Amino acid sequence: MKYLCLIYDDEQKMAGMTKDEGEAFMGEYFAFTEGIKKSGHYLGGNALQPVSTATTLRNRSGKLSTTDGPFAETKEQLGGYYLIEARDLNDALQVAAKIPSARTGSVEVRPIQEFN
Amino acid sequence: MNSPEGEGTADRARQAVDAVYRSDSRRVLATLIRLLGDFDRAEEAMHEAFAAAVEQWEREGVPANPRAWLVSTARFKAIDALRRRARFDASLAEIAAEYERTTDPVAWQEADGVEDDRLRLIFTCCHPALPPDAQVALTLREVCGLTTEEIARAFLTGASTVAQRIVRAKSKIRDAHIPYQVPSRADLPDRLDVVLHVIYLVFNEGYSASSGALLTRRDLSGEAIRLARMLVELLPEPEAIGLLALMLLHESRRAARSSADGELILLDHQDRSLWDRAQIAEGSSLVRRALVSRRFGRFTLQAAIAAVHADAARAADTDWNEIVELYNLLLQIDSSPVIQLNRAAAVAMRDGPKAGLALVDALLATGDLDGYHLAHSARADLCRRLGRSADARASYERALQLTRQEPERRFLEKRLREVQ
Repeated sequence: MKYLCLIYDDEQKMAGMTKDEGEAFMGEYFAFTEGIKKSGHYLGGNALQPVSTATTLRNRSGKLSTTDGPFAETKEQLGGYYLIEARDLNDALQVAAKIPSARTGSVEVRPIQEFN
Repeated sequence: MNSPEGEGTADRARQAVDAVYRSDSRRVLATLIRLLGDFDRAEEAMHEAFAAAVEQWEREGVPANPRAWLVSTARFKAIDALRRRARFDASLAEIAAEYERTTDPVAWQEADGVEDDRLRLIFTCCHPALPPDAQVALTLREVCGLTTEEIARAFLTGASTVAQRIVRAKSKIRDAHIPYQVPSRADLPDRLDVVLHVIYLVFNEGYSASSGALLTRRDLSGEAIRLARMLVELLPEPEAIGLLALMLLHESRRAARSSADGELILLDHQDRSLWDRAQIAEGSSLVRRALVSRRFGRFTLQAAIAAVHADAARAADTDWNEIVELYNLLLQIDSSPVIQLNRAAAVAMRDGPKAGLALVDALLATGDLDGYHLAHSARADLCRRLGRSADARASYERALQLTRQEPERRFLEKRLREVQ
């Protein structure tokens, strides 16, 4: 069973970190990623550039609208994701609980829809 | 036409089926959910098995192990149903074949596994990934066997709302792959906490209805106590024992806490001869059992406080010093404003209303309890005892604005008239 772990963090808080704090936080992410590669949970994952780089598209009856910014303005922003393989939701939640941003922001765990 | 003897046999078979349904249908269901991996399929198969039992037990007599008979009959019914539907959906034939291959009928009836199934069912219904109102509805439906209509009536909501909560919860269990498992040792304390809170919520809904004219809804409290008993039997963790004790000690005062015309009677004015001594004895002994474990938490401490009250033959005999000490311990675990308010009331009894009022005023000054009617009625009561009528009136009026429950409203109105 595949799950997507969507990582939400407060970008301003992240940007406000000192260089040492930022490096320590990234170090935790590297260690976490290594860990879930070893345990066999890892399928993929990426960090995203800040929401200031986001563009939102809508196509309504053939008319395309392009707007600056993310789909929704929220206190925490989508900042990255992991795609994992897990036995069931409990297994996925145990993995997600170790994502460093679970302490600073929040992690949304969503099962992947399988079409057959 | 049936002979009288024939009718007698039919009646006996029907009674036997009804009795087994009452005593064992939840265990049968819990096992079937594990074996079939699906709540709806398990429920359907179970009902077909009970229907088959009515016919077959009349002809052939009640089997030696009715539960095992029901589980294996339900298994065949589930496989049959899938085969029939496989004509329209080929993937179901595969599931049916899978059931036949993987399920070993002997393992189905193994005693430990069957007991574990009931725990699996409780923990799955109270999974933290489900919203709280769905946890409650699903637990009452699947673990207690209440109908959707009964749950709706108890919680004063529509049956369609309850049905929708249950359907959504089952879909989430299926689609997000919430496993049918007793949590691991490491997860157990947090997961047990959720289960205990669901049980306590059910109890409180029955003990003091949050709105409406009825002060007590005994059925829900009874269900909560039955659930806690089962949990203690299957998983005797100190806090589960503490919760059962707490509920029994509260329940023991039921006959004394309202008058014949439905008026609320506070603890210090209750006729203690109406308290249920058997429930008090059982609750108090459970409290001691939980306390000696040294791994107790807030439910056990609250139960210990209730046990001190139960010990006092008259309100004046209450050991308020002991109660304040227990609140001090409780605050170390849970420093919520409501606990602080209760402690302030105990301090007022031990050291006088002036000491209590100072604590209540400090609490109200933080603003956390401004919307809580009991904080204002506690303040009103202390002011009344100190002869500060104007302050008492203001606080009773504020409490009246906030309460939603009829008997409480009448009680506060009566008190307000006394300080006019």
